[in-house]
Amino acid sequence: MEILGLLIPVSLFLGGLGLVAFIWTMRHRQYDDPEGDAQRILTKEWDDHPKP
Amino acid sequence: MTLSAPIPEHAQLAACPACVAAPDAGDIAARAAGAQGAGLMLSLPGAHCAACIATVEQALAAVPGVRSARVNLTLRRASVDAAPEVTAAPLITALQAVGYEAHELDPGLLSATETDRQGRDLLMRLGVAGFSMMNVMLLSVAVWSGAGEATRDLFHWISAAIALPTVVFAGQPFFRSAWASLRVGRLGMDVPISLALILASGISLFETWNSGHHAYFDAAVMLAFFLLAGRYLDHRTRAVARSAASVLAALEVPRATVLRDGAEVVLPLAEVVAGDLVRVRPGGRMPVDGVVVEGQSEVDRSLLTGESLPIFAGPGAVVSAGEGNLTGPLVVRVTAAGRESSLHRMADLVAVAESARTRYTSLAERAARLYSPLVHILSFSAFGFWMWRTGGDLRYAVNISAAVLIITCPCALGLAVPAVVTAASGRLFRKGLLIKHGTALERLAEVDTVVFDKTGTLTMGAPEVTNLGDHPRAAVEVAAALAAASSHPLAQALVAGARAAGVHPARVEALREVPGYGVEGVWKGRRVRLGRAEWCGADPRAVTASYLCTGEGAARAFTFADSLRPGAEAAVASLRGQGLHVVLLSGDAQGAVADMAARLGIAEWKAGVLPAEKAADVQARTQAGRRVLMVGDGLNDTAALAAAHVSVSPASALDAARVASDIVLLGQDMAPIGDALRISRQASRRIVENFGISAAYNVIAVPLALVGMATPLAAAAAMSLSSITVSLNALRLK
Repeated sequence: MEILGLLIPVSLFLGGLGLVAFIWTMRHRQYDDPEGDAQRILTKEWDDHPKP
Repeated sequence: MTLSAPIPEHAQLAACPACVAAPDAGDIAARAAGAQGAGLMLSLPGAHCAACIATVEQALAAVPGVRSARVNLTLRRASVDAAPEVTAAPLITALQAVGYEAHELDPGLLSATETDRQGRDLLMRLGVAGFSMMNVMLLSVAVWSGAGEATRDLFHWISAAIALPTVVFAGQPFFRSAWASLRVGRLGMDVPISLALILASGISLFETWNSGHHAYFDAAVMLAFFLLAGRYLDHRTRAVARSAASVLAALEVPRATVLRDGAEVVLPLAEVVAGDLVRVRPGGRMPVDGVVVEGQSEVDRSLLTGESLPIFAGPGAVVSAGEGNLTGPLVVRVTAAGRESSLHRMADLVAVAESARTRYTSLAERAARLYSPLVHILSFSAFGFWMWRTGGDLRYAVNISAAVLIITCPCALGLAVPAVVTAASGRLFRKGLLIKHGTALERLAEVDTVVFDKTGTLTMGAPEVTNLGDHPRAAVEVAAALAAASSHPLAQALVAGARAAGVHPARVEALREVPGYGVEGVWKGRRVRLGRAEWCGADPRAVTASYLCTGEGAARAFTFADSLRPGAEAAVASLRGQGLHVVLLSGDAQGAVADMAARLGIAEWKAGVLPAEKAADVQARTQAGRRVLMVGDGLNDTAALAAAHVSVSPASALDAARVASDIVLLGQDMAPIGDALRISRQASRRIVENFGISAAYNVIAVPLALVGMATPLAAAAAMSLSSITVSLNALRLK
C-alpha cells in the first residue's frame, strides 16, 4: 500500500496539469470558433511553409 | 432594451432549468465601450467549408488597405482589420465577385456578443468541475470497492480537499440565482440545486470528520458538472439568439449622407435632425421621412405597402423611410428622422403588439414549476419520517434527506431542454435559419396554418420580363440597348432577359437617362425612348411594364413579373406535405397574386390586403383555434408577424419586420422553412421524451433513497446514466 503515497500525488499532479492546460486554452480563446478551426486544418495554404 | 431591475430577475426565474442572470445593462455598457477601435465586421451567411475560409480571406486581403481578415465559421462572420479609410462597400463587392453574399455589421452593436464574458466564465467553471469530478471519482471508486478504515478516511479527506473548493467555485451561478429567487420569495429550480450542493458537501464533511462510511463528495461535484453543462448549452443558445438579434439590428447600418454648408457628410442616423437636407443615391433606401426638394426619380414602396409598381417622385413628393430610390439622385428635406420617422413608429406599434402577445409558457417552465415544490416536499417528509422512526437520530435523517435531494437532482431535467434546443438550432443554423427567440422552436412545432406574404417573401422583389417573345427581334434589340444604359431594376431585368434569349443589343447612340422617366437615345437617326407610359405617349397598363417608342407604330409594352424566390415552391410543397393549411395574403394587385397562388398551388389567397387587415386575418384565425406561422418581409406585414403564434422573415426584410419575427432566413433560399417545421416538431418530441427519461430514473431511484438504501454509488450511477441518456437522445435529432 506504500505505493499509494506515490500514486496519489502523481494522479493529483496529472489532474492539475490537465486543469492548467484547460485554463490556458480558455485564456487564449481557443473555443471561439470551433467549427472554423476544424475546417482550417484542411486548407493547403500553409502546407509548404508555416504561417508567419 | 434597457430593462429595469425586477424584469430580468423575473425572466430568470420563469425560464428556469438553466437560468443565467443576463446582465443586459452590462452588455450595453460593454457595447458602448467596444464601439471604438473595432474593425469592420461582415456577415457571411453562405460560408460553410474550408475552401470558403481561404477564398474569403484571400479576397478580403486583396482589397487595398486591408491589413488582415479572419473568418469565424461558427458565427458566419468575417472580421477585417483595415486602414481607417476603407469602407465595407468594396469588401462586399470583392466578396460578391468570388461568389459570397455579405452584409455589413455594426461592430459597436456586436462587441457585446463577441466578448462573451459570461459564456467563458461558465465554461471555466464547467472545466474546473469536470477535472475535479474525474479526480474525486478516482478516489471514490477505490472507496466503493472496499477500501479499509484508514485508507477510506484518507481518500475522503483528499476528496474533500478537491471537492469543497470546487463546489464553492463552480456552484456560484446556482447559489447566486437561488439567493435572488429566495429574496423575491419564490422557489426557483436553483433553490433545491443549491440546497443539494450545500447539504451534500456539509454532510460529507461531517461524515469524514467522524470516519463515516458514506461521503457524497463525488455526487456534489458531478451534480455541479452536469448542471453547468446544461446551463452552458442553454447560455450558448441564448447568446446565439441575442447575437442574432444584434446581427439583425446591425445589418442595416444607420447612416445618411447629409448636405451641410454645401458639403456632403456621412452621419449616423441618430444625428440627423428635421430640416436637414439628405441626399439619397439611386439604389439607396430612404433613411428618413421627408419631402423631395431636388431631383426626379422613381421610388419602390414594396417593402412598405406590398405594391410592386414603382412610383414617380419629383420635387414636392412625400417619401417615407424604408422606400427604395430607383433611378435618379434625390435631395430630401427631412421632416422626421430616427425615432419619429414612420418606420420607427411602425416598429413601436410592433413592440406594443408583441407585449400584448400572450406569454408563452415553455415546456421547461412547466416542468420546473412542477419540480421544485415536489422535491422539497419529498426531502422534508423523508427527514420528518426518519426523525420519527429512529426516535430523533438527526444524523441519519439528514443523511436520507440529502440523499433524496441529490438523487432527484435535476441533472437530466437541466439537460433535457438545452441539449435538444442546442442540437436543433445548430442544425437549423447550418440550413440558414436563425432562431431569435428561445421558445420559437416549441411554438413552431405547434403550428397548423402558414400565412405567406407575396412581394419580397415568396418573390425576390426583383422583376423578370415576361413577354419578350411577343415583340419583334429588332424592337427587343433596341430596348436592350436602351436598358443597358440604366441601373433601374426593370431595365436591368430587361437586359438580363434579352441576354438570356440570345438577343444582342442594337447600336443606339447618344444614350441619356432622364431620371424618373426612362432612357432615350438615337437609333438609325430616329429618337427612341424606353420608360414610363406617359413619357412615351402610351396608355399605361395595369401590370408593371416599361414602354418602348421608336417613332413607328404604337409604343410597345414590356411587362414584368416578380421572380419567384428560390425554394419557394419546395417550401410550400413541403409544408402542404406535412399537412399544414397554406394561405397567401398580399397587398399587391389581384392578377399578380392569383398567378402566384396558381403557380405554387395555394388554394386560399387574398389580394389587395391592407396591413391592418393582414393582422386582423391572422388574429381571426388564432381566435378560431388555429396556430399561425406568418412568413413576411414588409412593413405591411409587421403587425401580422407580431400577431402570429410564430413568425419568419427573410434577411432582406425591413428592420421592423425582422425585429417582429422569431426566426430569420439568412440566405435567399426559402426551402429551409419546410425543414424547420419538421425539425421543430422532432425537437419538441425529444424534449418530452427527455422529461420522461429523467422522470423514469427518479421513479426508480427516489424510493430507494426514501427507504435509506441509496449509497453514493447508486446516486452517482443514477445521475450520470440519466444525464448521458438524455444527451444521447437529443443527438438523435436528424
